[in-house]
Amino acid sequence: MHEKSIAELATALKDGEVSSVELTAHYLRRIETLDDAINAYVTVTGEQAMEAAKAADEARAQGNAGPLTGVPIAHKDIFCTEGTRTSCGSKMLDNFIAPYDATVVARFKAAGCPILGKTNMDEFAMGSSNETSYYGPVKNPWDTERVPGGSSGGSAAVVAGRLAPGATGTDTGGSIRQPAALNGVTGIKPTYGRVSRWGMIAFASSLDQGGPMARTAEDCALMLNVMAGFDQRDSTSIQRPDEDFTKRLNTPVKGLRIGLPKQFFGEGMDAGVARVVDEAIAHYKGLGAEFVEVDLPHSDLSVAAYYVVAPAECSSNLARFDGVRYGYRCEDPKDLLDLYMRSRGEGFGPEVKRRIMVGTYALSAGYFDAYYLKAQKIRRLIAEDFATAFKDVDVILGPTAPSTAFRLGEKTDDPVTMYLSDTYTIAVNLAGLPAMSLPAGFSDGLPVGLQLIGNYFEEARLLGVAHQYQLGTEWCRMAPGGFE
Amino acid sequence: MSLSLDEVRKIAHLARLSVQEEDLQGYARNLSDILDLVQQMEGVDTQGVTPMAHPLDASQRLRADEPTETDQRDHFQGNAPAVESGLYLVPKVIE
Repeated sequence: MHEKSIAELATALKDGEVSSVELTAHYLRRIETLDDAINAYVTVTGEQAMEAAKAADEARAQGNAGPLTGVPIAHKDIFCTEGTRTSCGSKMLDNFIAPYDATVVARFKAAGCPILGKTNMDEFAMGSSNETSYYGPVKNPWDTERVPGGSSGGSAAVVAGRLAPGATGTDTGGSIRQPAALNGVTGIKPTYGRVSRWGMIAFASSLDQGGPMARTAEDCALMLNVMAGFDQRDSTSIQRPDEDFTKRLNTPVKGLRIGLPKQFFGEGMDAGVARVVDEAIAHYKGLGAEFVEVDLPHSDLSVAAYYVVAPAECSSNLARFDGVRYGYRCEDPKDLLDLYMRSRGEGFGPEVKRRIMVGTYALSAGYFDAYYLKAQKIRRLIAEDFATAFKDVDVILGPTAPSTAFRLGEKTDDPVTMYLSDTYTIAVNLAGLPAMSLPAGFSDGLPVGLQLIGNYFEEARLLGVAHQYQLGTEWCRMAPGGFE
Repeated sequence: MSLSLDEVRKIAHLARLSVQEEDLQGYARNLSDILDLVQQMEGVDTQGVTPMAHPLDASQRLRADEPTETDQRDHFQGNAPAVESGLYLVPKVIE
């Protein structure tokens, strides 16, 4: 059953070939036997999942099933899930039982999707390798000596390892797309504001965006149909009519104009990644797509601008963790200042502390204009580059990450080297555009991701362009050894 | 760019983060590296560019000033490290 995609499982449930109780129990058994090897789940919620599966089967029997009723999924442990620990990968929230459901979680519950568990992640979504998690790193199912990417590394690994048919993720600077690439799965970061951030623990509020991760673009479209939509409770939620993200899956790519940003094909990309991307370009040419070079002259500055904007917003957002209202509190505080300082000092890991300090510095008196304001101006220039490019092309294509999965520990000593793993993904967040990663092949046995970037609100088009590729290739159907 | 240990101490204090004395050197090096990376921005002329705060330049929605949430104090305080009679407890502030 676990070799089936979400679309196939939905059909099997509808046709009565399998019940949600059987399917959910099957996945829980796989998690029990296989997750120890990859550490992808922080919490498994088996009992609740089985209850939800039973309810899903009953709803179906009564004729009340929706498209995904009974399909079990996993949530990144950044989404508050009522009555379940929601740790955000941090010691700070190791004891935090979410008192309410995030909008994304509530929507999947309403859709009848049992929750298998909560997936491991970089602490507060700050990392590109999952090594900053308080619960230890997730291991890449394709090679357990390598990282799964981050920060949604657990979600990517459970999909790759067939320990969930689909999982939610969040993407602030590449945190859906880069782990999707490194694990050989498909993931999409929607346009900023598409998916509600309510109950999604905040890292950098002007960049954070939730999205689905699954095996195929079709599955991502089905999940996005559940996740996306206006939410009164999120002040940055976009007010637009609901959309069916599967509507363009069958649109041929013949005549599609695809832009290749010259800045994405320069130095720094591994030869194996370059070869796979070239092969994908050839495949699209075979389908009748046209390629043109586009110029994104300011994209080289995206990492620099990001490491001002994101830490600045993080330092502000994470000020709420004070050891008073929820979360970790130090032992025997001698006064209120000591309570704040030690609760935060002991509760946060080193990468989170680094980013809080960078943000605090950038926002401190006398530095605001030189750092934050400057970065916001560069952000505008980056967004304008994309706007110019999209006058000429329908979508933009390039690599998702400069290399395949690196070894555990390889980049942990040098934050800046780690940050450069997001060099192709960050510009999209700064501009607020939708973008996705899909598996496009292998280099030395490790998956390589292809990135597609669309104009605002063009998720359906992106998913269609990806689906057309997946119809003619097998990459999204390959499973890592030991997880078939 | 090179931050001194005193500067790191000051930033950590502003951020209300206790940092062990032996970790200061490492943070100083890491933070300096990150600020070096960020320094690339200086090479760009941004004269006359309007800073971008929101990707879609959206403005804040307004709503009627009516209560939309119910009181769930006890439920929310279930996560607090120390509460008494509905109040959050902290070390004594006034002698």
